[in-house]
Amino acid sequence: MATLDVAAIKADFPIFKRTVRNDQRLVYLDSGATSQKPFQVLDAERNFYENHNAAVHRGAHLLAEEATDAFEHARANIAGFIGAQPEEIVFTKNATEAINLISYSFLNATLKSMRGAELPKGAERFVLAEGDEILVSEMEHHANLVPWQELCEKTGAVLRWIGLTEEGRLDLSDTGLFNPRTKIVAVTHQSNLLGTVNDVAAIVKLAKSCGALVFLDACQSVPHMPVDVVSLGVDFIAWSGHKMLGPLGIGCLWGKSEVLSAMPPFISGGSMIEVVSMERTTFAVPPKRFEAGVPMAAQAVGMSAAVDYLNAIGMDQVAAHEHMLTQAALAGLSDIPGLRVIGPESSVDRGSAISFVLEGLHPHDVGQVLDESGIAVRVGQHCAKPACLRFGVQATTRATFYIYNDLEDVDALVAGIYSAKKFFGV
Amino acid sequence: MKLENMYQEIILDHYKRPHGKGLAEQFDSEVHHVNPTCGDEITLRVSRGEDGNFVVSYDSLGCSISQASASIMFDQINQHDFDSGAAAVDHLVSMLQRSVEPDEDILGDGIALAGVAQYPARVKCALLAWMAWKDAAIQAGAESLSGTKISSDSNKEQN
Repeated sequence: MATLDVAAIKADFPIFKRTVRNDQRLVYLDSGATSQKPFQVLDAERNFYENHNAAVHRGAHLLAEEATDAFEHARANIAGFIGAQPEEIVFTKNATEAINLISYSFLNATLKSMRGAELPKGAERFVLAEGDEILVSEMEHHANLVPWQELCEKTGAVLRWIGLTEEGRLDLSDTGLFNPRTKIVAVTHQSNLLGTVNDVAAIVKLAKSCGALVFLDACQSVPHMPVDVVSLGVDFIAWSGHKMLGPLGIGCLWGKSEVLSAMPPFISGGSMIEVVSMERTTFAVPPKRFEAGVPMAAQAVGMSAAVDYLNAIGMDQVAAHEHMLTQAALAGLSDIPGLRVIGPESSVDRGSAISFVLEGLHPHDVGQVLDESGIAVRVGQHCAKPACLRFGVQATTRATFYIYNDLEDVDALVAGIYSAKKFFGV
Repeated sequence: MKLENMYQEIILDHYKRPHGKGLAEQFDSEVHHVNPTCGDEITLRVSRGEDGNFVVSYDSLGCSISQASASIMFDQINQHDFDSGAAAVDHLVSMLQRSVEPDEDILGDGIALAGVAQYPARVKCALLAWMAWKDAAIQAGAESLSGTKISSDSNKEQN
């Protein structure tokens, strides 16, 4: 099996030069929350500020031109990474904002339609009537749940959800959930809590049979596996830069051109306009329609450098490496008495996010003991409380793996859990 | 291991055998406080006696620190009046957030929670039950000895 040269990769990440508690090496198993950054990303961002800094899409000077070029080059590079066209990529603050962009397009289309205001061509798809349905799943991150709940509360649409099987997979047996009233199906590609990789083709097929739009939360997939939006067949995806080696403060929404064109704006202001008078405004075409204000050019450049870094490794290699670590971790964890994995116990159709609970030990305490050994994991509900409830757990401990992790990290995790058990006498 | 500073034996004892856990049937106010980042939860009830003292009962779920702290809270401020209980809460906050030397007469076994101050992410776990008590007492109509009404919002700020 192909393996990555983890030592060489680690050398690119300045954070691994430091030590943590009691001068120990850092075992970073929290990339599902945010990844670490290689110097190539940090340098790209720094180079932008040092040599090309200006407000993009404004100004007639050289720096403005260079900054705009850098920003638009980043957009094209990031688009290419997911098999998309540059004009289909909208930069947002984070993935959460990208999801809100869609939900607010529905709300704004609905409100404007009620008042007979002008809407983009094709916006009827975004106009909700009382009793229309929005379909999510029980494994969604709060970011792909709460915006839809809010939208329903404001419009009278009804939120429905796909339940989960005991193994932590979508239960698609109730096909009635997909019906002519379903306006959008918003589900995750890979669960941040369970690690489950969902069968997108099956969801798209069901959604398309009833004419619904499909949004895929790709926060845990784009950084970890090859993603091609054309072959996925969905209408939108969203993900963030910081989970894929890029900077904080930038996310992306990808949408099919004809779908983005049909959406009214979300955040309004400068840059997103065409003609403004005191009475009214017409709006720019996407993606600019959705990018009000001076955009985060340096972060876009940094995210583009992250794309280059991942491309140099190859996303197939990234996925294969994580798969190997996931298999090893699942095997190591399953031997620990009293440990229960929340989510698929096999590595089939599964990413590297592994949540677990230990009998008699609260996750926060597990995390604390692991931290004492220099192992960083996430504990709590992982912004997925409904899924925690579904599996009857108050919280979990979660380890996630990335390109800078190796089998030694898996061993450290397993040993750390044994120490936690010993420390608390369970 | 520095961990023992936080997880002292006495804390683990309270965690494994919590005092006063279980909700009373009768109460004047009930609050439900959560720590959404880690899922700690407490439901706490108080009833105010004619002497102005509050009888406390609670049920909770969570990590060792939050559970032990709830048990200690019960030991220290059950059947106390508002001023005495609130003073203990304030003292705990001072110990956890400003590393003020704790007074065992006020906090009892709670002085063993001093090590939590070194782990800022856990401070909220240690404060959860105590803040819930303060909130519940205020909702049950607590007034300080000086007679000033305490605002519920000022308590929320500290949460």
